Amino acid sequence: MQSVEQEKTTLHDPDEVLKHSPFHEQVEKHCRLRNWMSWNGYLTARVYDTLASEYFAIRSSCSVMDLTPMEKYRITGPDALKFLNRLVVRDVSKLKPLRVTYVAWCNDEGKVLDDGTIFHLEEGEYRLCSQHHQLDWLLMSSLGMDVTIVEETHDVAALAVQGPTSYSVLCAAGINGLDKLKLFGILHTELNGFKVMVSRTGYTGDLGYELWTEPVNGLDLWDVIFSVKDSGLYDVRAIGLAALEMVRIEAGFIMPGDDFNTAETAIRAGHDRSPFEIGLGWVINFDKPHFTGKKALQEEKGRSIKRRLVKLLVEGNKPPVDSFLYDKKKGQRVGTIKSQIWSPILKANLTLADIEYHKGKPPAEIWAEIYYQKELEWQVTWARCRISKDPFWSHPRRSVTPPERF
Amino acid sequence: MTNSISKPIIIVGGGHNGLVSATYLAKAGHKVKVLEAREVVGGAASTTSFAEGYRVSGVAHILYTLNPKICRDLQLESMGLDPGTSIDTIALGQDGNHLTLGRNAVNGVDLSQKDISAYTDFKKEFRSYAKALTPLIMNKPPRLKDMDRRDLSTLAQLGWKLRFGLGANSMREFLRVGGINIYDVLNEVFDDPRLKGAIAADAVLGHHMGPRTPTTVLTYLYRLWGEIHGAQSLPTGGMGEISETLAKAAIKAGVTIETGAKVKRIVVDEGKVSAVELETGELIEASIVISNADAKTTFLDLVGAEELDAMFCHRIDTSRSKGNTAKLHLALNSLPKFAGLSGSQLAQRLIIAPNMRYVEHAFNHAKYGEYSEQPVLEIVIPTIDDPELAPEGHHVMSISASFAPYSLKQGWENHRDRFANKIVDLIEGYASGFSDIIVARELLTPPDIEAQYNISGGHWHHGELTIDQSFMMRPVHGAAQYDTPISGLFLCGATAHPGGGVTGIPGHNSAKRILAMGAGK
Ligand SMILES: Cc1cc2nc3c(=O)[nH]c(=O)nc-3n(C[C@H](O)[C@H](O)[C@H](O)COP(=O)(O)OP(=O)(O)OC[C@H]3O[C@@H](n4cnc5c(N)ncnc54)[C@H](O)[C@@H]3O)c2cc1C
Repeated sequence: MQSVEQEKTTLHDPDEVLKHSPFHEQVEKHCRLRNWMSWNGYLTARVYDTLASEYFAIRSSCSVMDLTPMEKYRITGPDALKFLNRLVVRDVSKLKPLRVTYVAWCNDEGKVLDDGTIFHLEEGEYRLCSQHHQLDWLLMSSLGMDVTIVEETHDVAALAVQGPTSYSVLCAAGINGLDKLKLFGILHTELNGFKVMVSRTGYTGDLGYELWTEPVNGLDLWDVIFSVKDSGLYDVRAIGLAALEMVRIEAGFIMPGDDFNTAETAIRAGHDRSPFEIGLGWVINFDKPHFTGKKALQEEKGRSIKRRLVKLLVEGNKPPVDSFLYDKKKGQRVGTIKSQIWSPILKANLTLADIEYHKGKPPAEIWAEIYYQKELEWQVTWARCRISKDPFWSHPRRSVTPPERF
Repeated sequence: MTNSISKPIIIVGGGHNGLVSATYLAKAGHKVKVLEAREVVGGAASTTSFAEGYRVSGVAHILYTLNPKICRDLQLESMGLDPGTSIDTIALGQDGNHLTLGRNAVNGVDLSQKDISAYTDFKKEFRSYAKALTPLIMNKPPRLKDMDRRDLSTLAQLGWKLRFGLGANSMREFLRVGGINIYDVLNEVFDDPRLKGAIAADAVLGHHMGPRTPTTVLTYLYRLWGEIHGAQSLPTGGMGEISETLAKAAIKAGVTIETGAKVKRIVVDEGKVSAVELETGELIEASIVISNADAKTTFLDLVGAEELDAMFCHRIDTSRSKGNTAKLHLALNSLPKFAGLSGSQLAQRLIIAPNMRYVEHAFNHAKYGEYSEQPVLEIVIPTIDDPELAPEGHHVMSISASFAPYSLKQGWENHRDRFANKIVDLIEGYASGFSDIIVARELLTPPDIEAQYNISGGHWHHGELTIDQSFMMRPVHGAAQYDTPISGLFLCGATAHPGGGVTGIPGHNSAKRILAMGAGK
């Protein structure tokens, strides 16, 4: 009996199996649906209130999302740049201070381990953000380099403030200097006496910012942004991961682990993916010093592509959840749908799909076999699909500087 | 390969394997330059002076036969190759009753008839296993995926040798013992503890292994492989003479050898070697670079991690390459008197490993970063047949002592003398008055071997010879066919397949591989 008692005190609190972010007090207050999920071990709202209103906050007003759980690493030291440039497929030496770039990195075989962003915080100081936990790979990659790698996932509080009115809201909140902040730029500023870093980055394909500060200032930051609502001019709404999932598919952003197996998790041969195969060939820069996977990728470049993750538009309005894809109705199987949403703004079935290529070319026709329920009965239908070269949604205001005020 | 006329093939390291590789390539018409960091060639196969007037084989002291094919190909006999006097192994008994282990026969006064005949059968059987492995040893290890014709032929020959060379019964037995430990096998075959102790010592010497460690049968077979061609011997003039002969053959074939030339960096350009940079800053362009250095030195120090993929570097970094054997060199003012050993017996290879428990206990210490309280010793007195190595009437004794871990828990600084004293005391127990005749001594721990011979970890084989670091995984997967992830960079030393010992085989195999690749095969 006694030992059981003791265990209770030494084991973690079951109510806190999932970590609380610095914004938790507010997140909990806003999350009326109690629709929670885990994101990197943090208690995270999937939907706060109604998915539709959260989605439209991103697309037509101003949304706020707790970004804290995203994996973050601080990379410093004399070899920081050398380290990053050997780690990722993109040329980081071109990344100027106060700029951000999208990157991906591979294992020796040139298969993608993860993607993320590198923030050049100030001369020689970098932050790497990733989808998945990467500390062991980063440390392994640091062999022989004079570099310090510190995980700072839990030491930085971050909010994504996105949507057409995000610029106006942040200006009204008292953040100065945003008028000059370009897409992928970084601004170090102060707000109510504490330091905030603002980057013009996001996952929505639209105008938006990400705000970074010390955890102790988290709730203050939240309050300052939400207090803009009091003027009665702007709506500001907390959004969960479900709404984000919709807009990221519209924007054509892929999700490692959902849209393709990362090399670390792929078990069977051929189930991992190269950057070319997930549409990230454009990120690779072969004209830079050696990076992990370079040799394998150079060899792959000479061969014609066998499969590719594509943005696929599916006709009709039946949801092609996990649908198999064929070269014609009841034809040969040519692929699978990985992620899909119904886009309220485009009124279309948008998906990301893994498609087999033949002689470097996609099938001439692609058909989705869709199972759906009608009054509790399963039905099957076929829908024609089209590959989209461009993101389904990308608004010009994403990159206009200064952004338009509302 | 490209441009053999202007830019030479550079070999980093003039160890015996570097010299063998160089000679084969020069004979095939290539311009070859060997750059050796030390003042003499030979690396761990060289002769050194450790006290005024006393010379000894610096590291390797017993020749388990240089490969005969290499001797023929490189016409080493006409260069004056002198393997020296053949020697037997004597297992010292604590009571002065010793056993003499020959190639085929064992004898000793109190040895049972059963053990005597079992020994002959055992040696015959195990030599046939070792012989069956010849195709594997003398070729690049076959890849498991994407085999080329050479790999298929190696595997076919290996299969043929195992099945038809050995016969069905022997093959079955070989497959049974191949994966188990020498401890179990010897207990099945023999009774006499000294006999088992001496053979077990052969299986573990130079490795981080005890007799009960799995796959010690394979390390024993590797050791035995030299015996299929001839006897072990003490080369006249020390092991350095073997290397000097190889250097002569190399020079005759047109190789240029530079000593005192330490390579600081192997220069890589766009994933391809272009040159080497010496410590002096001098840059020497190269068409191909072949490294005789160990894998860690080659990839992590000379090439540098930034030119290589991360996982590959990690594999190199975590490969086990910490040495476990020390060398003790003693200058003696007269011959020691071992109880029960005649004068001619004293000139043989003396083993102190009285039983298998002793060997296992010696190893136990190494597991915990300690040196053996009672080490396993391999002792030779080369001056009995080769008096030139010491002042008149004096002698040198050369001892390989196991186990002496590279990373000693307490650090070697204050323990070097203590360990040397332990060895001397141990011998004193077999040869009373021994300590009084010692006039000078030198102990080389694995860190000393690392520093003096440029072998990272100071390991006998430039890296443990375990299954996971052998064959197509030696030194690691990704560099196991002598070529490496860097185009134009090759390995030719003990770090590569099949491993260490003064055999010349990695040197031979690497040259064959390079020539085959150049010919587009
Ligand atoms: C304690 C001990 C006892 C042993 N006893 C025996 C024995 O009795 N019999 C036996 O057969 N084997 C023995 N061995 C094993 C044997 O000595 C080695 O396996 C063998 O000598 C390795 O030969 P190698 O040519 O491959 O490498 P090495 O002999 O190590 O040659 C490598 C050469 O490269 C040079 N080099 C390295 N880095 C550079 C650089 N940056 N620039 C220029 N040059 C460089 C080194 O100086 C060295 O000369 C023993 C080993 C040890 C450690």
